Amino acid sequence: MSILLSYAPAYPEMLLAVGAMVLLMIGAFSEDNTDTGAFVGWLSIALLLVAAALIVLQPEGTQHPFDKVFVVDQFARFMKLLIIAGSAVALLLSFDFLRNKGLMKFEYPILVLLSTVGMMMMVSANDMIALYLGLELQSLALYVLASIQRENVRSSEAGLKYFVLGALSSGMLLYGASLIYGFTGATGFTEIANVAKAQTSAENIGLIVGLVFLLVGLAFKISAVPFHMWTPDVYQGAPTPVTALFAAAPKLAAMGLLMRVLGGAFPGLEQQWQQVIWFIAIASMLLGAFAAIGQTNIKRLMAYSSIGHVGFALVGLAAGTPEGAQGVLVYLLIYLVMTLGTFACILAMQRGDDMIEDIDQLSGLAQNNLTMAFVLAMLMFSLAGIPPLAGFWAKVYVFWPAVQAGLYPLAVIGVLASVVGAYYYLRIVKIMFFDEPREKFVPVSANLGLVMGAALIFIFAFAVPQVGGPIVDAAQAAAKSLRF
Amino acid sequence: MTVETSPILSIVTFLPLLGALFIIFLPATPGGDRNARHTALYTTLFTFAISLLIWINFDTRTADFQFVEDIAWIGPFRYKMGVDGISMLFVILTTFLMPLCILASWESINNRVKEYMIAFLVLETLMIGVFCALDLMLFYLFFEAGLIPMFLIIGVWGGKRRVYASFKFFLYTLLGSVLMLLAIFAMASTAGTTDIPTLIQIGATKFSADMQWWLWLAFFASFAVKMPMWPVHTWLPDAHVEAPTAGSVILAGILLKMGGYGFLRFSLPMFPLASMELAPVIFTLSVVAIVYTSLVALAQEDIKKLIAYSSVAHMGFVTMGIFTFQQQGIDGAIFQMLSHGIVSAALFLCVGIIYDRMHTREIAAYGGLADRMPLYAAVFMVFTMANVGLPGTSGFVGEFLTLLSAFKSNTWVAFFATSGVILSAAYALYLYRRVVFGALEKASLKAIPDMNAREITIMAPLVILTILLGFYPALLLDVMAVSVKQLVMNFEAAVAQSTAAVAQ
Repeated sequence: MSILLSYAPAYPEMLLAVGAMVLLMIGAFSEDNTDTGAFVGWLSIALLLVAAALIVLQPEGTQHPFDKVFVVDQFARFMKLLIIAGSAVALLLSFDFLRNKGLMKFEYPILVLLSTVGMMMMVSANDMIALYLGLELQSLALYVLASIQRENVRSSEAGLKYFVLGALSSGMLLYGASLIYGFTGATGFTEIANVAKAQTSAENIGLIVGLVFLLVGLAFKISAVPFHMWTPDVYQGAPTPVTALFAAAPKLAAMGLLMRVLGGAFPGLEQQWQQVIWFIAIASMLLGAFAAIGQTNIKRLMAYSSIGHVGFALVGLAAGTPEGAQGVLVYLLIYLVMTLGTFACILAMQRGDDMIEDIDQLSGLAQNNLTMAFVLAMLMFSLAGIPPLAGFWAKVYVFWPAVQAGLYPLAVIGVLASVVGAYYYLRIVKIMFFDEPREKFVPVSANLGLVMGAALIFIFAFAVPQVGGPIVDAAQAAAKSLRF
Repeated sequence: MTVETSPILSIVTFLPLLGALFIIFLPATPGGDRNARHTALYTTLFTFAISLLIWINFDTRTADFQFVEDIAWIGPFRYKMGVDGISMLFVILTTFLMPLCILASWESINNRVKEYMIAFLVLETLMIGVFCALDLMLFYLFFEAGLIPMFLIIGVWGGKRRVYASFKFFLYTLLGSVLMLLAIFAMASTAGTTDIPTLIQIGATKFSADMQWWLWLAFFASFAVKMPMWPVHTWLPDAHVEAPTAGSVILAGILLKMGGYGFLRFSLPMFPLASMELAPVIFTLSVVAIVYTSLVALAQEDIKKLIAYSSVAHMGFVTMGIFTFQQQGIDGAIFQMLSHGIVSAALFLCVGIIYDRMHTREIAAYGGLADRMPLYAAVFMVFTMANVGLPGTSGFVGEFLTLLSAFKSNTWVAFFATSGVILSAAYALYLYRRVVFGALEKASLKAIPDMNAREITIMAPLVILTILLGFYPALLLDVMAVSVKQLVMNFEAAVAQSTAAVAQ
C-alpha cells in the first residue's frame, strides 16, 4: 500500500500508460471499423482530461519518487498540462480527417496516448536514463504516426526521414550522456549539478563536450537550426492532424526537457551553454524568417514558422534567468494555442474530399467564409507578434529578459527577424482578404470550429488582466522550481 | 459621479469598439450595410460629443495629467490613462475627424461596408488610446495595433497598387516600432517602471547620457518613420495614393501626428541630453524634408501624391519646432500638427469629392472646375491657402511660430525652412490653377455637379475651423501653454544639471 502511495506523483503517467493498454485490448477485441476507432479516440481524450485533472489536484511542492529519478514540481505540472492540452486538441482535430481518409483506426489515438506518456516523462526526468526512456517512448510512437497513411508515399517518406534523423539525434544524445556520466560519475541531474557547480567545472572538457552533444540531440527534437532539416519534409508529408500534433506537444516537451536539463543539471555552466543557445536562437529566428518567404505549401510554411518560433522561445532561455524561463513558458503556452488554431484552419481547407495545402487556394476566403478568414488572419497577426494579440505578449516575455540580461545583439536580431517573418504571415492575410474569391471550401465541422473559436478568444483575451495575469503568474511559479 | 472622477477617457476610447461589436451582428444585406453606416456615424458623433466633455472640464492651469485612471494590468504593466495639455487636443482632433471620415465614405464605399466600418471604428479606439496611454506598454500596444486595421483598409478598399502600398506601410512602420519596443524594455529594466509620468520626472537622471543616446535613437526610428521624416518618408506617398479617401484623411490627420506626439512625450522629457546632442541632426533632416519634398511635390502629376509630399514638408516644420526646445517652437509645432490635421484632411476630402465623380486623380484630367463647381472652387481655395500658410488661416500660425523660434536657435535653419514657405505656395497654387482655373475644355467635365448637401456638411466645419483658428489661435494655444512650459522648464533643468556635472 505504501509503495502505491509513494507512486502518487506519477499517477497521471501511470493512468495514461495503463489506460492505453486497456484501450488497446478494447480495440483488439472489437470489430475493426471506424466506430471502434472513434470510440477509442473519445475515450483517449477522456483519459487525457482525467490525467489533467489529476495533475491539477496534485499538492504543490516538489516530489522525487522512484529514487529521485523522477521529479514532479510546478514546472513539470505546468508543462504536462500544456502537453496534455496539445495532445487532446490534436486528437480532437483528427477525427474528421481520419474518417475522410479511411484511417480511423483505434491504433491512432493509442499511439498518441503513448507518445504523451513519453512527453510527460521527459519533462519530469531527473536522470539521464529517465530522460532517454521518455524521449524514446514519445519518438517511437511519433515515427509510426508520421507514416500512418501507409499507401501515401509522402507519409512513408516522412516517417522514414523522421526515424532516421531521430535515431541519429538519439545517438548523439546518448553519446553526450555517456560522456557526462564518464566525467561526473553520475546519471542523476542532482549529482551532475554538484559537479557542474564546482569551481573547476569550466575546465572539465569532457563534461562540456558531453553537454554540447546533449544539446545537439535536443536541438534536433525542438527542430532548431542547424538541426532542423527534417522539419519541413516531415511536416509536409505527415497527415495534417499528425503535423498538428508534431507542431504542438512534442516540441513543447522537448523544450521542457531542454529547460529541465539546463536548469537542473548544469547550473554552474551557464557561460558555456548560453553561447550555444544564443547561436541556435539567432540561426533559428533568421532561417525561420527567410526560408518561409518562398513557400507555397501551407504545412511547409508552418514548419518554417515553427522553426522561427523555437528561435524566439530560445531567446528567453538564452537570458538564463528565472524571468527568461518564465518567458519561455509563456511563449510555449501561447505558441501552442496559436499553432493548434492555425492547424484547425488548415484542416478546414477542404473541397469535396480533397485536402488543400496550397496557400494560393485561400484566395478571397474573406468573401466566402469571413469568419474563418478572420480567425486565420488574426492568428497570422498573432504569430507575427502584433499587439494586442497573444503572440505579441509572448514576444514581450522573452525579449524583455533578454534585454535585462544585456543580450542586446540577440534582441535586436530577433526583433528584426520578426519583421521579416511578418511579411509571410501578412501574405496569407493578403491572399485571403485582398485577392479574388475562388471555389468555396466545405463547411467547417464542429470540432474544427470549436478549436478555432477557442484559439481566437484566447489570443484576444490574453490582454485582459483576468486572463493573462494568472497565466503569467503560473509560469512564474513554474520557472521558480528550476535552478536558473 | 462627475466628469473628473468618471473613467471618461476609457469611455471615449472604447466607445467606438462597442459600435464595431454592434456592427458585427448586423446582417450582410443592403439593409445591413445601411445600418452599418448609420451605426458608425452615430457612434463617432456620440464619441465626439463625449470627448468635448473632456475639453470643457479640462483644467488649463495645471501641467499635471488629468482624468487619470490607473488599474493593475498584466505582470508589471499598468492600465493607466490620462491627458495633459499636449495630448488632449489630439484626442479631440481624432474624435472630430472620424465622423467626417464615415460621411466621406458614405457613397464611395459600396463593397464590404460592414467590414469597412468595423475597421474604422477599431482604428479610432486605437488612435485615441495612443494619446491617452500613460504606460509604456499600453502606449506601444495602441501604437502598434493600429497597423492591423490600417493594413486592411489600404489593402481591401484601396486603389490599383494597394497590395504594394499596404505591405510597405505595414513593414516600414513595424520595423521602426520593434526597436522602440526593445528600448521600452531597456527603460523598464533600468528605471524599474513603465509609468510615463514617473519616467518624465526621473528619466533624465535615471538614464546615463550614453544610454539616453541609444534609447533616443530607438524611439527616433519609430517616430521618424511614423512622422514621416526624410529619408524614411517613402511609404507615405504610396500609402496615401492607394488608400481610400477616408484612409488618407486618417493617415494625414492623425497617424502622422503620433510621431510628433512621441517626440514630445518621450524623446524630449525622458532623454533630454540626447535630444540636445542630436538636435542638429533633426534640424538637417527637417530642412531637407521641407525643401526637397516641396520640390518633389512641384513635379507630381497625381493630386494625392502632391498633397502627400506637402504633408512631409509640413511635418518638417513640426520636427524643427520641437527641437528648438523653446516654448514658442513647441507651441508652434503642436499647433502646426493640429492645423495640418484639419487642413490636409480637408485637402484629401477635396480630392475625394472630385475622385468620386471622375475616378481619376491625374491633375491633367481636370481643369476649369470653377465654371461648373463654384462652391467647390471656393472651399478648395480656402484649404489651398491654409496649406500655403496665408495669414488668417490656421496654417500660418504654426509655421510662423516654428520659424520664429528656429530663427532664434539657428538662423540658417530658419533661412532654408522659410524658402519652403515660398515653395509650398508654388506647388499649391500651381495645383489649384491646373485643377480649378483655366477653360473647361474636357468633355468628361462638362456635366460635373457641384458639391451636394453631404459634402457641404463635411466641409463646413473644416472651413470654419481653419479660419477661426487663423484669427483666434489662443483657443488651442491656451490649452497647451502650461504643459509646454513645464516641458521646456524640465528640459532646461535637466540640461543645466548635466552641464554643471560636467563642469565639476
